[in-house]
Amino acid sequence: MTPPAPADPGIAVQVHGLRKAFGSQTILDGIDLSIRPGEIFVLMGPSGAGKSVFLRHLIGLETADAGEILLNEVKIGDEGVRERFRLAMVFQSGGLLNSLTVAENVGLYLSEHRLRPPAEIRRIVAEKLALVNLTEQDALKYPTELSGGMKKRVAIARALVIEPQLVLYDEPTSELDPLVALTVGREIVHANRMSGATTIVVSHDRDLAFGIANRIAFLDAGKIIAVGTPAEIRASREPLIQRFLAADFAPHANGSGTRSAKDAGPAQVGRREGEVS
Amino acid sequence: MLLLFGETVKALPLAWRQRRKIAEQLFEIGNASLFMACTLSLFIGGVLSLQAGPLLAQRGLGSLLGGLVGESLTKELGPVMMAILLAGRIGSAMAAELGSMRVYQEIDALRTLNINPVHFLVLPRVIALSVALPCLVIFALLTGSAGGALVAHFNQEVGVSASTFFNNLKATLELRDLFHGMIKTFLFAVMIGVVCCNQGLQTIGGPRGIGRSVTKAVVNSIVFILVLDYVVTRLLLPLAKFHG
Repeated sequence: MTPPAPADPGIAVQVHGLRKAFGSQTILDGIDLSIRPGEIFVLMGPSGAGKSVFLRHLIGLETADAGEILLNEVKIGDEGVRERFRLAMVFQSGGLLNSLTVAENVGLYLSEHRLRPPAEIRRIVAEKLALVNLTEQDALKYPTELSGGMKKRVAIARALVIEPQLVLYDEPTSELDPLVALTVGREIVHANRMSGATTIVVSHDRDLAFGIANRIAFLDAGKIIAVGTPAEIRASREPLIQRFLAADFAPHANGSGTRSAKDAGPAQVGRREGEVS
Repeated sequence: MLLLFGETVKALPLAWRQRRKIAEQLFEIGNASLFMACTLSLFIGGVLSLQAGPLLAQRGLGSLLGGLVGESLTKELGPVMMAILLAGRIGSAMAAELGSMRVYQEIDALRTLNINPVHFLVLPRVIALSVALPCLVIFALLTGSAGGALVAHFNQEVGVSASTFFNNLKATLELRDLFHGMIKTFLFAVMIGVVCCNQGLQTIGGPRGIGRSVTKAVVNSIVFILVLDYVVTRLLLPLAKFHG
């Protein structure tokens, strides 16, 4: 295996007619998408729409029943794809190995593939942890000693060690309070700017999606029902999208409801819509 | 399961790279099982003496008790009981650990890092078991013989002195008996490792799925131990006859 090269530009992702069923239940029903190199692409949709399954196909954890996924014109599943492209995924739960410390988790890719000497791995790990605002003390902890937000940040640091060309985030802000979600959102944008990696985020967090995305796709019942910039999605007349964006705990009139995407400004994650690219 | 076994065998050349994990596993297995293995075999040896001793003594064959206990422990009870103990104590823990890793996406995370879970998780466990189980069986043979000798010496109905017991044991037991026992033990260890890891890696469905995997791992291991015990004994028997 070759050591990770300095950050290359992100890769283009093309999805053609992707279908997947588990038993009699169709999860993905002919997905067609084109994702540009280096962009932050957010896939939104209600729970159970097939978002995470789609993401698992992109990194080769699932095999499609039909259709294909191309990374820079190379089909996923072809011999040597994993050696050719550096891909990383940040799992919903973090996916950290509980038997390893934070530092060991972050340096796992380099140590297991013997890509760097131990001293250099330690340096890289410290550097990546600093990027996600984690300290040297945190590096010695085990995942069970971390909060949900810290786990996500460690997972992001572990992904960054690969110097990926494509990073996938599965529900990065789920189970996090708004302030930690804001931090994680900033980390995603920061990582994208630093690496230039194509970033695909699966989320039903409207604030995150509209705050960080260059483009958003809306998935429902295994089908893409809309793709566009955040402004285009907001202006969509698709009834489900309208309901999804307007859904609120209580009417704004009484001032007690949670904020909808319509008034959740991009400033929530410290940047304006479409700023990244 | 056969596929996992094949993959593990194919990964054997990478064993040296996983030496730290193998050592960790060895420590865990030894730490968790040595005391239990010795206690168990002490009483197995004792009960063998207690059951067979009076019968042999009544027929004036009490002096053969040491050989009988030694042979039974070396070729049959030592390997089988220790394998069952390890399946229950270590195999279940392995299935639970890998099962929870699967459920909580740790295995998926390894795959996305281009790390083969068989190399990283299964190989060290199978190798550690294959080393630890024969060592445990040797301890079991020693403590089991001691248990047998103690009962033979102190039980009035048996009345065989410890020196007679051990003299007969030394005279009866041959190296090929130990070889017979060790072959079985090694095969049991590999089988327990593969069955339990496979069950863990196949886990689906959250905490209940982990529970199901652990139960299946232990039950399947015990069934396979007993089936394999018969098959291996059947295959090794002609060898013993030939030498005998």
